[in-house]
Amino acid sequence: MTGLFLTGAYTIGGLLFVNRNKRINSLLLIAYEILLWGFTIFACFNYKHTELDYFAFDSLGILLLITLSIISIPALIHSHLYISRQGEKPQSRSIYFAAMVVLLTSISAAYLANHIAVVWIFAELTTLSASALIYHHRNKLALEGTWKYVFICAISISLVFVGILFLSLSLNQAGDKDLSFANLMAHSQELNPFWLRLAFLFIFTGFTAKIGLVPMYTAGIDAKDKAPGPAAAILSSVLMNMGFVAIFRTYAILAHTSLYHWANTIIFVAAILSIFVATVYMMKVMNIKRMFAYSSIEHMGIVMLGVAAGGIGFYAAILHVILHSFVKSSLFFQYNQVYRVFQDKNIYHSGTTSSITPPGLWFFFLDL
Amino acid sequence: MTNILLILFIISLLYLSIANRLVTYIRVLALQGFILFGVTFLALEEINTLNLVLILLETVVFKAVAVPVFLSRLIKRNHITREAEPYLPNFVSLIITTVIVVVTVLLANSIKDTHVDKIFFIVALSSLFAGLYIIASRKKIITHVMGYLIIENGVFVLSLAVGTEMPMLVNLGVMLDIFASVLILGIFLNKIGDVFKDVNVDQLSNLKDY
Repeated sequence: MTGLFLTGAYTIGGLLFVNRNKRINSLLLIAYEILLWGFTIFACFNYKHTELDYFAFDSLGILLLITLSIISIPALIHSHLYISRQGEKPQSRSIYFAAMVVLLTSISAAYLANHIAVVWIFAELTTLSASALIYHHRNKLALEGTWKYVFICAISISLVFVGILFLSLSLNQAGDKDLSFANLMAHSQELNPFWLRLAFLFIFTGFTAKIGLVPMYTAGIDAKDKAPGPAAAILSSVLMNMGFVAIFRTYAILAHTSLYHWANTIIFVAAILSIFVATVYMMKVMNIKRMFAYSSIEHMGIVMLGVAAGGIGFYAAILHVILHSFVKSSLFFQYNQVYRVFQDKNIYHSGTTSSITPPGLWFFFLDL
Repeated sequence: MTNILLILFIISLLYLSIANRLVTYIRVLALQGFILFGVTFLALEEINTLNLVLILLETVVFKAVAVPVFLSRLIKRNHITREAEPYLPNFVSLIITTVIVVVTVLLANSIKDTHVDKIFFIVALSSLFAGLYIIASRKKIITHVMGYLIIENGVFVLSLAVGTEMPMLVNLGVMLDIFASVLILGIFLNKIGDVFKDVNVDQLSNLKDY
């Protein structure tokens, strides 16, 4: 089923890319939604199964997959409205939806992957498709945002790859070659601590570009500012969760070794710094979209604090990740309506939302 | 022989840190491609032939020929001036790169693992940090791309260190190379070069928190 889902979804992505007809476009999107939901339900019924050797349906993966499927419906509807209101050319519409489908599929595959290298491959694919979404408006500012995002993500992906190489060096000592998470957990006592330490540092630093924590959070801010609203909703909810999954699974390997406390310290420092940076910037920015983006960084900082605390903190962290995805994506969707009315992103110029769209305002309050 | 080539690689990093003209950067990148070709040929003996040929082709065709040719065409097409325009004087750059190499050597000395050839580790980490330094200290976007290519070369050297046990990782590294370089250079060639002529990073500072 996983193979079917991946080939089906990427085929739909390809068809969306070549298709220029509006009606066929909508039909393909509905087909994709059915496929995604079918796969999600299948995953729920096959809890703890492994498919194609590299995809396992574990609880974290399934939870986030359900979140993704739920968010994907409003995301596609809002995208459809957004595109038709802007009166876009058929070409730019097809690129947008193809990139969106590829992004959603790659993220869901990365959630379920049980092998660090497979997660890495799908992370690369998300960079590619996300950059197409950010460059949607094709102006100078969008280009600047895309360039920064692509460049920082490329560096972060190389760092993750270095981390994977160190992980394999540390596994060499245990005399094994299988880099799947389960196998690494089983051999966690025999791993060489020196290489493991370096591996965690590099993988953590690399994936902070995706999750949005301190060393490499900058890429995401400009990207979410310049991406169209519905795409920014995906970027700041489910894509950040992908970074969380990757970091969490790597952290789980270290949790049974002598490096547990050291890893907690690293995560703790990064989390506190993220919260600090986000708070400082949120007081300063006037651009509402950037404000949302910084708020996401703060939320991820809180999530990682929960992880570093351990115990009941894991439960709280995962709950927070899921709730944050719903809230932040709906904020971005609602933002689109505000922007349509005011044509301005500055919070001082959009003060009378209540008199124009009362229901929209209630949505905002509910989200906050 | 592998060691000589890898030391040559480190010397090329030092040379890059004081290079003034973009042409020199491109030549050094091509040289690094050939060095990697030699190292791959010597280090990966036990890997199967087809795979080895693919990896060798990637180093020699992609790293040593295609990317440098592409970069020099880019420079000509966009009329980018030939100076690298570093923020710091060359002398300081040389000292910083030397410090990077020395620190990685010291770090490598603390490894107690006998499985790994330490020189691969030293070369990889020093080119990783030297690449990051070049990105941070040069003004032009094209030198940022070159710094990224140096990082890629370093990552490739590290993947060779585990290549005999896990050839899959070397293939992944090759994939990363091609994917990221094509993406970055593609965006650069098609868009950035056309929109911003003679590109400095200063021109990319319109997105900010005001």
